[in-house]
Amino acid sequence: MKSKYSIFSLARNAKNYHKDWEKAWRSPAPKAEYDAVIVGGGGHGLATAYYLAKNHGLTNIAVVEKGWIGGGNTGRNTTIIRSNYLQDSSIAIYELARSLYEGLSQDLNYNMMFSPRGVLMLCQTEHEFRAFKRTAHANRLAGLDCRMVTPAEVKEIVPIINTDPNCRYPILGAYYQPRGGTGRHDAVAWGYARAADALGVDIIQNCEVTGITREGGRVTGLSTTRGEIKSKKIGVVTAGNVSTIMDMAGVRMPIESLCLQALVSEPIKPVIDCVVMANTVHGYMSQSDKGELVIGGGTDPYNNYSQRGSFTALEHTVTALVETFPIISRLRMLRQWGGIVDMTGDRSPILSKTEIEGLYVNCGWGTGGFKAIPGSGFVFADTMANDRPHKIAEPFGLNRFAEGRLIDESVAAAVAH
Amino acid sequence: MLVVTCPICNASGDETDFHYGGQAHVRRPATADPLNITDEEQRDYLFIRHNPKGLHFERWRCDRGCGKWFHAARDTVTMEFKATYGITELPPVELMKEAKGPWADYFKMRMKEKA
Repeated sequence: MKSKYSIFSLARNAKNYHKDWEKAWRSPAPKAEYDAVIVGGGGHGLATAYYLAKNHGLTNIAVVEKGWIGGGNTGRNTTIIRSNYLQDSSIAIYELARSLYEGLSQDLNYNMMFSPRGVLMLCQTEHEFRAFKRTAHANRLAGLDCRMVTPAEVKEIVPIINTDPNCRYPILGAYYQPRGGTGRHDAVAWGYARAADALGVDIIQNCEVTGITREGGRVTGLSTTRGEIKSKKIGVVTAGNVSTIMDMAGVRMPIESLCLQALVSEPIKPVIDCVVMANTVHGYMSQSDKGELVIGGGTDPYNNYSQRGSFTALEHTVTALVETFPIISRLRMLRQWGGIVDMTGDRSPILSKTEIEGLYVNCGWGTGGFKAIPGSGFVFADTMANDRPHKIAEPFGLNRFAEGRLIDESVAAAVAH
Repeated sequence: MLVVTCPICNASGDETDFHYGGQAHVRRPATADPLNITDEEQRDYLFIRHNPKGLHFERWRCDRGCGKWFHAARDTVTMEFKATYGITELPPVELMKEAKGPWADYFKMRMKEKA
């Protein structure tokens, strides 16, 4: 049994100069067989494992990860959490995730620092204003707490913003989700890993999958760099590398892998206490607790597995934000990095069974997966445990591409794709 | 940053001077047989993408030069352009040999048609 993190355990360990903290999770060698194996130790994979164990009593399970947990997109995103999408099926899954985030620190006994500081999505063209108004109506019908705000209110919420009506892209208003915000991305991965480990889940790092073994029409296990692992249920949750893994099982995916970059500035005093997304000009920004401005933008347009984006995309993002926030023009940038995002044609995720029995796939979160982690894990675990799509996961099946039943969020998602 | 050279007009520039056009060598099944096309064939044409880590065949447009579309073979890990060639042409033979998955089948079929 793991000891609980609390003010008392902190005091107890402080007395011993923090020498006696136990490891947050074990590093077991892979067993020969599991009831279920999750490929990919990012947020979505770890959350799936946690809910499989917690909600469905499956504890003889493993998460295999080729690098270290949370080393992919979970540790590379800009940590924005919101749920104000246009389509009903999107609202259902993203709002489930957002609401789970509210109680996640308590549920996992791990402070993932959910900060509902508000997400402000700027309207900088007439078209964008109308599109957000439409989303606002759709969201209100779905019961989300969101509203349109005027340029004067925008200025009140974010005093450093440029509301000059004569600039190239003037702020005509904004769409505001006060319950959205940010979280500590690494802590989400670590918290799920620790909580899943406590329920008996084996988290196996530095273990790359090299093949998926099948017999007839069903999966029987995995070949990995740490040996063969048998399992009758395999969930593939590998984001940008999903096509590579699914190729091993002969399943072709409607996915393109692109590079999305983010960057942070040198730390400064608090200047912005919400998240601002400026989608027409392609840039979004928030401030971390350390004082760094966390900045993201659009993807590079071409297929890319290198985790290094182009300077062009960065320049585009920074140019847009300097116009929106003139105060940041002399800030130096500290770090920049890229992650490989898995883009679908309709910019909606895939949570699905496959034509191969026992093989499940959770991918396609593209540029916006972090916000969805708890909801995605919750419904995907249910899908895997019961071998049928969870009600919320059902619209996101692979079959939608043949049926022409797309969940079009490519414009409505309001992110720079 | 990518450095791209157009095989038609020889203009050279970075990726902002060109436009990326996605996966190349995809045949539209409805062109050959519009009446008997299945939903799955149409899905494969519209959405399924060969998304390899490594050699990728793709289309580019020479935006600020001659304006023509052309083909390129590029490595998606190193970003190196292995070849660029005309929009109606096939890649160099050694690259066709390296091609995997649906591209390998496609090139074989095209070579047969040529022969």
